[in-house]
Amino acid sequence: MTQTHVSTTINGDKVEYLCETDETLLDVLRDTLSLTGSKEGCGSGDCGACSVMLDGRLVCACLVLGVEAQDRKIETIEGMASGDELHPLQQKFLEHAALQCGICTPGFLVAAKALLDENPDPTETEVRYWLAGNLCRCTGYDKIIRAVMDAATEMRGQA
Amino acid sequence: MRFEAPTSLNAAIELLENEAGVVRILAGGTDVLVQLRSGQVEPDLIVDIKRIEAMQTITEEDGGFRIGAAVCGAELGGHAGVCKLWPGVVEAVELIGSTQVQGRATMVGNLCNASPAADSVPAMVAAGATARVTGPEGSRDIPVEKIATGPGQTSLGRAELVESVYLPARGVHSSDAYLRFIPRTEMDIAVVGAGISIEMDGNGICTHARVALGAVGPRVMLVEDAATALIGTSIDEAALEALAQAASSAATPIDDKRGTVDFRIKVAGVLARRAAIIAVQRSRVD
Repeated sequence: MTQTHVSTTINGDKVEYLCETDETLLDVLRDTLSLTGSKEGCGSGDCGACSVMLDGRLVCACLVLGVEAQDRKIETIEGMASGDELHPLQQKFLEHAALQCGICTPGFLVAAKALLDENPDPTETEVRYWLAGNLCRCTGYDKIIRAVMDAATEMRGQA
Repeated sequence: MRFEAPTSLNAAIELLENEAGVVRILAGGTDVLVQLRSGQVEPDLIVDIKRIEAMQTITEEDGGFRIGAAVCGAELGGHAGVCKLWPGVVEAVELIGSTQVQGRATMVGNLCNASPAADSVPAMVAAGATARVTGPEGSRDIPVEKIATGPGQTSLGRAELVESVYLPARGVHSSDAYLRFIPRTEMDIAVVGAGISIEMDGNGICTHARVALGAVGPRVMLVEDAATALIGTSIDEAALEALAQAASSAATPIDDKRGTVDFRIKVAGVLARRAAIIAVQRSRVD
């Protein structure tokens, strides 16, 4: 199979890679670029563990082909913290113990950031519906929701 | 497997025409990628239509809206004009999958995937939407209910694609609604879906109605008897009862893990009634 050359932007950096048509963006991120923060849970768009931003929209990287990323802007969990300084959502997930095994966590963080960027003051119901495509089998969700609500409060205070 | 991302409609049609093997058109990819991964389909060519500008846009046209084939659910839901004119269509599209899926999935993709349980299709059928089908011979506009011919099957020719869907203009006292039954709150496939569009005159009498049901037959169906039950009435209790009966009578569902025949027949009537009540309320708010 012939490989396609793709130039794209990931977390603000210009990136080039070769990929086959049937490779997903998630395959490329993890296996070619070693950006293993995005996780593969289901591989069919049901679990949200591979959530990334594609041209400013929240998507599942497992439902995007690697070749589609040409000239697009991709943001992954690796771009969330500023150097050693955690994003408020990351900090609140730690404080609220909003994770156990951690496989779903990068997806939840990327999805929650997308929500708060769009709606800085969501209701609990809005948070729950927005994150309905992110599955977690450990926490029972409650701590995640509290962490997101707390982070939203803190981020509004800083603004 | 080749991948092409043409920037014009003509180039896309040419690619379809010149490929002898299996082709899949890629818009949001939320069905196609799942089919690829499960081995359900092994295409020789994938044509990504997202680089075609006209397919990415929502355009006002004769008081209605033309929705490009690559417009994702999140974008449609964020369009104030479409939300105001066809709230039932927008609510149906927004029921498809998660926030992540909404960032990719398209209404036209939902139509062409031809699932009998597709959420947006009963709402589009009720809206009287037309699909613009384009191929080597040119373009034609056909009612959306003529696209699916059975589960996963469409009436599209080998080198044809749906370029856009048109949601028409409508009168002042009119609105629409879509409801589906699922056994949980979110993230599920319709056991039954009901889309209703109505238009009332200044005296509160229904002058026009369209009723469509999903997941109760091999394809989404337009139920004319159900619409007849509403037309000429004030959509009072008797009309709603007649609507529910007509909807239940039209349902020809199967038993499967998501619902039994008897349950689906009953729920088709219940949802049609409830959707009609919502559409009437919305038509008054306007």
